[in-house]
Amino acid sequence: MSNIQLKHSIQKGDFRLEIDTEIPAIGITGVFGESGSGKTTLLRCIAGLDAPDKPVPAVHERRIGYVFQEPQLFPHLDVRKNIEFGMRRNPDAKDTVAEVAKRLEVDKLLDRSTRDLSGGEAQRVSIARVLCQSPRLILMDEPLSALDERRRNEVLPFLDRLHAETAVPIIYVSHNIDEICRLSDHLLVLDNGRIVAEGSLRDTLTRIDVPALAGRNAGAVIDVMQVRHDSEYDLTLFEFSGGELWVPGRHDSSTQRLRVSANDVSLSRSRAESSTILNILPAVITETAAESASTVLLRLSLGEDVLVARITRRSLQALELKVGDTVYAQIKSVTVRR
Amino acid sequence: MMDLAPLWLSAKLALVTTLILVVLGAPLSWWLSQNRSRWQAVVQAVVAMPIVLPPTVLGFYLLIVLGPQGAIGSWWVQLSGESLTFSFAGLVIASCVYSLPFAVQPMQNAFESLSRSHLEAAWTLGASKLDAFFSVAVPLSVRGFISAAVLCFAHTLGEFGVVLMVGGNIPGETRVVSIAIFDQVETLNYAAAHRLSLVLIVFAFITLFAMFLINRRWQSR
Repeated sequence: MSNIQLKHSIQKGDFRLEIDTEIPAIGITGVFGESGSGKTTLLRCIAGLDAPDKPVPAVHERRIGYVFQEPQLFPHLDVRKNIEFGMRRNPDAKDTVAEVAKRLEVDKLLDRSTRDLSGGEAQRVSIARVLCQSPRLILMDEPLSALDERRRNEVLPFLDRLHAETAVPIIYVSHNIDEICRLSDHLLVLDNGRIVAEGSLRDTLTRIDVPALAGRNAGAVIDVMQVRHDSEYDLTLFEFSGGELWVPGRHDSSTQRLRVSANDVSLSRSRAESSTILNILPAVITETAAESASTVLLRLSLGEDVLVARITRRSLQALELKVGDTVYAQIKSVTVRR
Repeated sequence: MMDLAPLWLSAKLALVTTLILVVLGAPLSWWLSQNRSRWQAVVQAVVAMPIVLPPTVLGFYLLIVLGPQGAIGSWWVQLSGESLTFSFAGLVIASCVYSLPFAVQPMQNAFESLSRSHLEAAWTLGASKLDAFFSVAVPLSVRGFISAAVLCFAHTLGEFGVVLMVGGNIPGETRVVSIAIFDQVETLNYAAAHRLSLVLIVFAFITLFAMFLINRRWQSR
């Protein structure tokens, strides 16, 4: 599989963006960073909207789809004409409006005016518009950030489906770690115009040495396979390379992505025999990093998977924990992300 | 019986001027709206000058430039064998200069209030700059175009000083309605002056009223 080259540098006042990397030409690459870290500027450089000089090729010749924060539908055109806009301008466009509209469940809205759409519907129409132009690459700039929680949930399932069904690579920018965890396969972390961490989501998200990934963002994702559902207690058993995990509730799909926050992992030297915590797994400490005067982040390896735990510096010293030790990770809760 | 010729001539002059100014003024307005260089300020000032200058000043210099010895006038004589001054063609050119700010400013305002993101969306969807101008910028600025056309038309209809300087008072050629009214008053023919003036008053009210009505309806959408 070939890669996509990203080589961009631009000066904007005091801010300088300097990016030189490659990302996989498949799946979703998440770009994570605080506001002001240069995420949007990077997307605009890729699209050719921000360029040091005259962009070559011109923006309209790049065939790079851009989903903006706000849907940016054209108010003088109805929904159908909006979706057709890019398709009409690309002689190689393959999809039909009807197909794409159906995939995003906007097929009932085609004859409406854009003024009569909810925020979630409008953003789905804008995604349909981008898909219809048959882009070679899709850029998404925080497409959910302008929506409230409920509207967001009207769009997220479609992004999941897009991820599963489309072969077009997507670069997804967000400052929301939950969206990043749910959607990305590959991750770039930006800070002050530079890449501070990059790689597969699993390995990059758990970089405890990167300040942008500390605090509430510290945690890990584990892709798991469903084993069975226990109907007596309504728990589902999942397995992964590091062992098994019980998760409350019934889950439909056979594979799931779970997020385990660093706050939800505690450690003990020996396996607690009587504990209310269901999931206790042996793990090896591979790295420690001071997070604040009182807390420490630990990176743990379980099989091929990785967890991050946040403990106090006092506990670290009391238990004399160090790299290479085997400990028991007690996982208090997990969040199902897919 | 009312002499209708000056009214028709005025309407024809206003129509031709409006058409030319909307078509040529649109790219100029676009340039002014998208450009923030020092040149932009210079051009902006030049375009606005007819608003503040007395029509006699404009008319005086137009008379010189358009005259048979002038830069444009001599060229025109070579081309067509006729003089530009004291002709309908000369009036059209003079009106275009005189009414230019009234065409440019509403269109420029409309273009400036366009969201840049709409244009960027159009470009990323495969529209070239020219394509995006016609398929997104123009339709979203219809209001500006209507205002420009109405103001241009009404303003050209009401011009007097410039026409008097450049066009004189040739019946059927340059004798527009404002000149005709002046004539009637000069010869103390008040009844005829009243008739022509009333037509203009009613017309001015109706066009401006219609324009504000259209603008309001658009805003409430």
